Amino acid sequence: MTAPPELFASDPSSRVRPVHDEFHGDLLEVSMGPHHPSTHGVFRMNVTLDGETVVKLKPVLGYLHRNHEKIGEKASYLGSLPFTDRLDYFCSMTNSWAYALAVEKLTGQAVPERAEYLRVILAELTRLINHTCLAGFLLQDGGASGTPLMYAFREREKILDLFESLSGSRMMCNYQRFGGCRVDPSPAWLEGAQRVTDGYGAFLDEFESLLTGNEILMARTQGIGRLAPALAVSAGVTGPMLRASGVDYDLRKVDGYGIYPRFAFRIPLGDHGDTYDRYMIRILEMRESIGILRQALRDIPGGPCLDPGAKLRGLRPKAGEAYARIEGPKGEIGFYLISDGSPSPYRYRVRPPSFINLTLLEDLCLGHTVADAVVILGSIDIVLGEVDR
Amino acid sequence: METPEQIRDRLLARFPGAPVTLVPNGAPGGQASLLLEPSQAREMAEFLRDDPSLQLDFCSNMTGVDWPQAGCLEAVYHLYSMARKHGPLVIRQRTANRADGAAVASLTPVWRSAEFQEREAFDLFGIGFTGHPDLRRILMWDGFEDHPMRKDYAEPDDYEWEPTPHDAVLAKARLHYASAPVAPPAKEASP
Amino acid sequence: MLGTGLLHGLKVTAKNLVGSFHDPARYVTTEYPEVKAPQPENARSFPFLVSESAADPMGTMRCVACQICEKECPPQCIYIEKSKDKKPGPDGRMQLYPAVFDIDISVCMSCQICVEVCPFDAIRMDQIFEIATTERFSALLFDREKLAKPNAYYHQLHPTEAAEVDARRQAAEAKTRAKAAKPASVQPPTAPGAKAQNPPGNAP
Repeated sequence: MTAPPELFASDPSSRVRPVHDEFHGDLLEVSMGPHHPSTHGVFRMNVTLDGETVVKLKPVLGYLHRNHEKIGEKASYLGSLPFTDRLDYFCSMTNSWAYALAVEKLTGQAVPERAEYLRVILAELTRLINHTCLAGFLLQDGGASGTPLMYAFREREKILDLFESLSGSRMMCNYQRFGGCRVDPSPAWLEGAQRVTDGYGAFLDEFESLLTGNEILMARTQGIGRLAPALAVSAGVTGPMLRASGVDYDLRKVDGYGIYPRFAFRIPLGDHGDTYDRYMIRILEMRESIGILRQALRDIPGGPCLDPGAKLRGLRPKAGEAYARIEGPKGEIGFYLISDGSPSPYRYRVRPPSFINLTLLEDLCLGHTVADAVVILGSIDIVLGEVDR
Repeated sequence: METPEQIRDRLLARFPGAPVTLVPNGAPGGQASLLLEPSQAREMAEFLRDDPSLQLDFCSNMTGVDWPQAGCLEAVYHLYSMARKHGPLVIRQRTANRADGAAVASLTPVWRSAEFQEREAFDLFGIGFTGHPDLRRILMWDGFEDHPMRKDYAEPDDYEWEPTPHDAVLAKARLHYASAPVAPPAKEASP
Repeated sequence: MLGTGLLHGLKVTAKNLVGSFHDPARYVTTEYPEVKAPQPENARSFPFLVSESAADPMGTMRCVACQICEKECPPQCIYIEKSKDKKPGPDGRMQLYPAVFDIDISVCMSCQICVEVCPFDAIRMDQIFEIATTERFSALLFDREKLAKPNAYYHQLHPTEAAEVDARRQAAEAKTRAKAAKPASVQPPTAPGAKAQNPPGNAP
């Protein structure tokens, strides 16, 4: 059963059929979460069930709301950088790249070439981490008790070791700066990155032979949570979830930010828009990321990793506003900054991909069983640090 | 894609009598934005979405801004086009005041992506959105009062002792504890 | 045949299971706390203050209480009180020192911005993480005495970085000494007593 095709359900309660029907029992309202192993953080869904079928689903958010945007208004521009790491805590490199890009747009700051290559290398490594772990978590939600997840984490450790030896910290890297990157990697680090990249293809082959053809995975995810392309575009869905529905929109190609136009890579698109497609798109994107990494590591030039004229401490951009966005692993992550000439932004806004992708959770889950709702949520790829900020 | 000036001219031609103002942007290479009147904002948004040369079908970001000095709240939308792969166009709507009933037109019927983001702007800023299908708080709990992202938001006085208070926090500490910040009060120093 | 996907999967798990007995790439668990995984040189946990000599950490701190780190710290976990008097610093000049320098490490987020903005190489990142305690406030508030560690310790933790810092400081010192020793200059030479407090960079 698929969700009705109208773009917007004006009255969700109209789908709830009346109770006290002699052939059916009552409806049951279940609160899934916020303490729930499958909700990817403190996330709650109020699900109304007819037997096992979902007839209404209302997400309840805000359990991890830290008012990050207000902190951004109080801290200086440099001081907000470590906080951006904590938004989508799996992908600290891409969050801080998006923020650095927004500040660079606001000030007109240039970035040296080596730093652009480094940013691409780290962003693609982050994409590998995110998609691998997502496949693991999706299977975990599907009931695979952690085996694919642990293989994913084992591989992720290699990349986290790279991040630790480069920036000092595994996850909260605080690495990007306005005008480049904070630390210049040594040749030994680049060799290590090359080794990880070369070994990743073999890991993906093994991972796929475990998962992709698995009958249980296919039965649980194919045809589940179909997303029509028109609805996806209207709902502002971005990232792999959008491309799984067949819409060709990847910011690395559309905006061509940084130096992405120099790299040859393809954008995988899905045909059905169901959960299995969302899983497969991520696997295919990982293979493309390995290709980008090889090219970037081969071509990275020498030079400074931070623009010598970059101002970090006491930055006071001229009054104005800027919106910068990048293709993060979860979708389009953007930062909207309004400056009034003072050391802190007047308005600091994060455009969170997970939050906006969640708009369609109810639409995707209606008509499916409650077990499918968990799998669909897993395929949307949310991180509560980003949803709630 | 056309410049904001050209789009403004087309909107003025298409909707005579409805004011559309260009808001300049001081950042280097910054793009100007269009200020729309809430009473016509929905029709104008549909025009922007459906016009064949613009096709702005993707509302990427929607947010609220508090301007206490100007005495208004503002809703900002960043529009892109997935069909034509161009953008952005930034449109804004402003409320008349910052009172409780301040509202603008909801653009959720035009772009579904505004649904949660308008709820967030309502929750954190207090901007009402007429025509929103389900306008209630999203990040704060349902019984919460006040709007945390406003510039004049007064944080609740639930201060707990901190060893390294600064500035505003130090002032709060002095209100609560006679000796700050050297030692916690005796009742909290239990093992 | 239905089930071939499952069989392929079982082959993978079997390879991993059997491999975990003999292949270090398959068995990646480090049996902490008996075995500790080595930390890379760049790893950071919490800040510490650098003192020139281990014999007198309070007296030879590089910190001059300029309070830049306090201002730039994003979660505001540093608390500094300047001294009322001045003490001779490593280069012989009289300078302020921090009478109070507290870092609340339950608030510190290890972002390392204090290290980046310090103009005097006085604060650096430590790598200790086994500092769990049962007291909630006082044991997680590190004061001057707990934070000050000698330069030799810094060399142990971050050898490349420490060598760079020392080279830079020695070059700057040599420049100031050369300027002071010029005959045309009317500046008095630095006091001999001050030199004794200025050991060569690598001394313990």
